[in-house]
Amino acid sequence: MPVKPLERVNDFVVKFANVNGSGSASANRLFAMSILRMGVPVSPRNIFPSNIQGLPTWYEVRVSERGWLGARGGVDMMVAMNPQTWDKDVASIEPGGYLFYDSTKPMPTDKFRDDIVVIGVPLTEICNTRYSDPRQRQLFKNIIYLGALSALLEIEPKAIETLLREQYRSKDKLIAPNIEALHLGRDWALANLECPLGLRVRRADAVGDRIFLEGNSASALGAVYGGATVAAWYPITPSSSLAEAFQSHCRRLRVDPVTKKNRFAIVQAEDELASIGMVIGAGWNGARAFTATSGPGISLMQEFLGLAYFAEIPAVLFDVQRAGPSTGMPTRTQQCDVLACAYASHGDTKHVLLFPEDPRECFEMGAQAFDLADRLQTPVFVLLDLDIGMNERLCKPLAWDDAKRLDRGKVMTREQLEAGVTFGRYLDVDGDGIPFRTYPGTHPSKGSYFTRGTSRDRFARYTEEGPAYVDNMERLLRKHDTAKRLVPRPIERPGPAPTRLGAIFYGSTSPAMEEALEMLAAEGIALDTMRVRGFPFHDDVPAFIARHDRVFVVEQNRDGQLRALLTVECGIDPAKLAPILHYDGTPITARFIAAAIGKALRGWNVTPLRRVAS
Amino acid sequence: MTYLNKPVLHHPKLKANALGLTHRDYEGKVSTLCAGCGHDSISAAIIQACWNLSLEPHRIAKLSGIGCSSKTPDYFLGPAHGFNSVHGRMPSVLTGANLANRELIYLGVSGDGDSASIGLGQFAHSLRRGVNMLYIVENNGVYGLTKGQFSATADRGSASKRGVSNSDSPIDMVSLALQLGATFIARSFSGDKTQLVPLIEAAILHKGAAFIDCISPCIAFNNHPGSTKSFDYVRAHNEAVNTLDVMIGRETITADYAPGTTREIVQHDGSTLRLHKLADDYDPTDRTAAADYLQRRHAKGEVVTGLLYLDPAPRDLHAGLDTVETPLNRLGDAELIPGAKAIERINAALR
Repeated sequence: MPVKPLERVNDFVVKFANVNGSGSASANRLFAMSILRMGVPVSPRNIFPSNIQGLPTWYEVRVSERGWLGARGGVDMMVAMNPQTWDKDVASIEPGGYLFYDSTKPMPTDKFRDDIVVIGVPLTEICNTRYSDPRQRQLFKNIIYLGALSALLEIEPKAIETLLREQYRSKDKLIAPNIEALHLGRDWALANLECPLGLRVRRADAVGDRIFLEGNSASALGAVYGGATVAAWYPITPSSSLAEAFQSHCRRLRVDPVTKKNRFAIVQAEDELASIGMVIGAGWNGARAFTATSGPGISLMQEFLGLAYFAEIPAVLFDVQRAGPSTGMPTRTQQCDVLACAYASHGDTKHVLLFPEDPRECFEMGAQAFDLADRLQTPVFVLLDLDIGMNERLCKPLAWDDAKRLDRGKVMTREQLEAGVTFGRYLDVDGDGIPFRTYPGTHPSKGSYFTRGTSRDRFARYTEEGPAYVDNMERLLRKHDTAKRLVPRPIERPGPAPTRLGAIFYGSTSPAMEEALEMLAAEGIALDTMRVRGFPFHDDVPAFIARHDRVFVVEQNRDGQLRALLTVECGIDPAKLAPILHYDGTPITARFIAAAIGKALRGWNVTPLRRVAS
Repeated sequence: MTYLNKPVLHHPKLKANALGLTHRDYEGKVSTLCAGCGHDSISAAIIQACWNLSLEPHRIAKLSGIGCSSKTPDYFLGPAHGFNSVHGRMPSVLTGANLANRELIYLGVSGDGDSASIGLGQFAHSLRRGVNMLYIVENNGVYGLTKGQFSATADRGSASKRGVSNSDSPIDMVSLALQLGATFIARSFSGDKTQLVPLIEAAILHKGAAFIDCISPCIAFNNHPGSTKSFDYVRAHNEAVNTLDVMIGRETITADYAPGTTREIVQHDGSTLRLHKLADDYDPTDRTAAADYLQRRHAKGEVVTGLLYLDPAPRDLHAGLDTVETPLNRLGDAELIPGAKAIERINAALR
């Protein structure tokens, strides 16, 4: 049944269905960037398989002048370049939406829908007529569809041309052929199709000075600014690009200008056990060190994490979370390592966690993690996920205050030892649970100690006595309590109207949550919110829960892991915390959150304010 | 004896080294190992070697895994920092420590359970990376702390204390080290301090991955007839291919040797190793020939000891990573933080 074609300006979703390895990523990125250059916010997302070549891959671009950066759900225009996924791709288009495809070979009519607008461009034919080299035919096909889309969606060709010139600055002979291909597609569309469509991009001023980058790269830059000098890692999606970004940032920012030697050491280890072992060895010896990994790596590191907790060695871990074990779903996003990290290892352990919401916070918390690790002498986990780690996200520009100094924590110096200051490696001199440490090699006769797990007294002497063990464990709790005041504070926001309902969320859920709140407000549902940014939980967190009758805990895992942590660590009645859980591997959406919260409220017979009013 | 503290007083005429330090300054806590344990002899050899070389004890970092051997770093070099890490993972911790501060001397102490079983992977990778260290495996073919199970270095057909015959092939750590690219490889015997001490000295001076496989009989669980790691067996089958003098700088030659029986190799740090050949046909600078020789002798039940391989000019991990000379743990804010201006440039490139 024909439906009126969608009419939307600066507010739609375009999805590209491609074959992995076909060179589409670069053209798709140009598409997103050109819209950004027209002053309209976009949020692109890669949906990709565990594969190098041949399997389906998608690139979804949400265009939103209003600035919503979360995944929306639904597709307004499908650029269907992959026959393998055609049926599913076509089925996912919203009624009245658009299908863009390569019409070189005729498709049977039953492969289309009558409630969408079908746009055929003979991409292969255009390519084959112009190019004879097979590789060129494939690569330029991507630029040709970009050109056609620019005509259909009214994207300024100048914006794309500028981007091409920037991209090929160092290989300038590629500029002209790319611009030619762009116009080949664009001219064909202008000559043969009705341009523009109902979906249109119109120049705006909604991007401002914001920057566009991936959380993994931002985290790595945070590690540079946080003074990290040693990185040890083992390749694992979706965290590998974090370690690789650290390497490339360091090559630009951390080479001694005189000797040209490196002020950093990066080792690709044989496995995650060795990665964390190297980080702990370096941390023990006074260098700032980190690893980047994902859930399976965290599982492998458990024993070492316990040692680092008990031996009180600073370490930073970036855990870019993904779904499940093995391969396949692991290239999809989740927030499923919260508990595994919070209580990592055997014995009684509790770790410090940070939850960045976007690349800017990845940078800030990435740097801060090293200060916290040194200050608290313990592992610190930065929990990002595939959604913010491997996708470029629009965020406020990065900032650095040159007055800031690295906080190395309590390190006793040779001078202090020489002056006779009492040194007990596990002696709580300040009442905050944090003892002093010495770096190996500090003093010829004072301050050395033998590092081991739990069997030691306050002066690091070997003991298996129960009271000494308990004394140490209680001090570690005091230290954990100190951490509450050092981790980033949660951010509270009152709802649009006074309410007894609250919602807690964290990490990459942020943009979808913000949008969901507006959708709920439009229905007359007001929620106070709190974005948790660290664990152990700041006192503000239980206080927020106490002020509300019911609190939704929105997260991207099956078991409500943050909710479980809240009930255990803050002694909260689980009945008070309502889980809103999204865990199918796609990023959480505002539509999902608003619908789930609305449904829960209807179940509790809570009447929206607006319905009362009307 | 282990419940007693070591007396602080010592004989006033104890000999001092170039730093004015005596043996006592290189000792650690009283050992808690069994009386007669081979490992204690190795600790004593380490103390002797460090004293001979006049090393500052606190400039050494001692790292170990888990097991009897891994307890020993507490029993020597008291003024040095020590790290009793987790089972089989000393090599990675040592690697990280070495990356943080290239100026200290790294001594990794491990056992055959720690390095040939649970930690075989880390053993291998630390050697192939060329971490500048001395890695000693105190090899007794048995799990001591867990009461006498075979380890992966136990020879096929050797018998446990309870009379069980080992049916698995042994791992020869020296052959592995040869293949993996270690640049200093030796085997010795805890019962032969004369051979062991100069090997430890030379290995410490070596600026690359140095490995010593030290057969160290377990007095409690592997010192019986039928064992190939007992004192008696090793004494009877020890085939030393050379003995070694370590000379720092140029010392006068005090003894005459028959022509062709000595060979001098200058290490990268300037020390000279003078090898006294005991086996005419053994060339410790030929990696493949060494591997061949060892395999043939092992097949005959011989335990080949001595300096088995040496590359006098190794490239260590720091050379590979091209790190600055200043230890990374001493770099200050100015050298580490690119600053606000760099952030502005980065922001500009991300729009």
